[in-house]
Amino acid sequence: MNFIVLDYYDIAIAASLIAVNAGLSIALQLGIARRMIIAAVRMVVQLTLVGLVLKALFAASSPIFTALALTCMILFAGREAMARQERRFKGWWSYGMGTASMMVAGTLVTLFALSTQISPDPWYDPRYAIPIMGMVLGNTMNGVSIGLDRMVSGAVQQKSAIEARLMLGADKAEAMQNLVKTALRAGLIPTINGMSAAGLVSLPGMMTGQILAGVEPVDAVKYQILIMFLITGGTGLGLVASVFFARNRLTDRRHRLRLDRLRPL
Amino acid sequence: MLTVQGLGRSTADLVENQLLTDISFVVEAGRSAIITGASGAGKTVLLRALADLDSSIGVIELSSKPKDAYGAPEWRQQVCYVPAEPGWWAYLAKDHFVDLGSAQNHARSLGLGVAVFEQPVDQLSTGERQRLALIRALLGSPKVMLLDEPTAALDPDATQLVENKLRQFLDKGNSLLLVTHDREQGYRMGDQFFVMESGRLRSVVPGK
Repeated sequence: MNFIVLDYYDIAIAASLIAVNAGLSIALQLGIARRMIIAAVRMVVQLTLVGLVLKALFAASSPIFTALALTCMILFAGREAMARQERRFKGWWSYGMGTASMMVAGTLVTLFALSTQISPDPWYDPRYAIPIMGMVLGNTMNGVSIGLDRMVSGAVQQKSAIEARLMLGADKAEAMQNLVKTALRAGLIPTINGMSAAGLVSLPGMMTGQILAGVEPVDAVKYQILIMFLITGGTGLGLVASVFFARNRLTDRRHRLRLDRLRPL
Repeated sequence: MLTVQGLGRSTADLVENQLLTDISFVVEAGRSAIITGASGAGKTVLLRALADLDSSIGVIELSSKPKDAYGAPEWRQQVCYVPAEPGWWAYLAKDHFVDLGSAQNHARSLGLGVAVFEQPVDQLSTGERQRLALIRALLGSPKVMLLDEPTAALDPDATQLVENKLRQFLDKGNSLLLVTHDREQGYRMGDQFFVMESGRLRSVVPGK
């Protein structure tokens, strides 16, 4: 395996594109030049730190440190999923249900991959565990945040329709059936689209990365296919868990719609 | 028979006009109670609490059996609330009815053509929607109906048809709680009369 190592000079040349964009933004008075530069600086700092952390983690190859890193990733994913929701539950519920769903889905899928298909030695080898969990979590997070957002804002918008069914003697499952379906579909569509477009419209990032790193395209493709399946599995599991979690929190034991459990806008 | 004893609704985060205070009344089988009161007095809050759509304190019983002894869905089927602006969950009117044949029979007796069932709900008039909501409720064979202004958008002829339908409902030994701003309708339909004021229900004698 051989690849062209980049030095800091190469990165500086690429950064000039950000300067060009920022210049354009100023010329066109878009007012986002500052934000773009801050985002670029954040990206550089964050990724550099991650690079250093990963280097240390790989060197240590400790199950405890690996688990710690994975936990941090889950907590950040939970925060991000919550931030993307327009309407949130009061208290810790919004954060909790997103995080718990992603933790279960991400952990199950990653363990499944590590224990059967990839089988590194040791099985928790951070070089495999962390990137796989990262990819599964990133995508599950998208699905979960879309699903939760649809579910919660949908319950607000469709309050009278949901309650109309309750008034006629429907239980909460029947009353919220349409909403649950819509939320699940919406959360799964990006993943399905991702699979359909893979290779034709977009060359997936991981595969591209492996090819750049000198891996045979056929082998890189195999990895990518595996990851796509894992992502779909993780998204589906996390999405279903979070949507049903939200459904239960939006209702109570007497099958009432409990919008009072949401934070006021 | 619907029995309500010391019904209240008060939690810290509720605004003042949502409170209910110490409400007690009985509506016997085959009887109807009329509730009037200014907007915001708490009439809708009361109906929602009776239908168990919102939590409340106090006792609500149907045929001497407390609300919580029924499963919530069963309770709402027996004590069926039809709000002033009913909700719809499907695009076409007909998709809200399991037994379309019975629904059409009711519709004819309420002055509605069968064609309304084929139409999208949002293209129906308020009066058509209100009557469809009433039919939807009747098809569940409730023992008590809680109606919020069921004829507000209807002309006198259609109003009379709805009132006939409600009398048939009462004749079967069912009970009715009717919120109306129409004083004449109250006299025509009511056996007992109440006024709602700031969350309190006061029994009144008509004409006084």
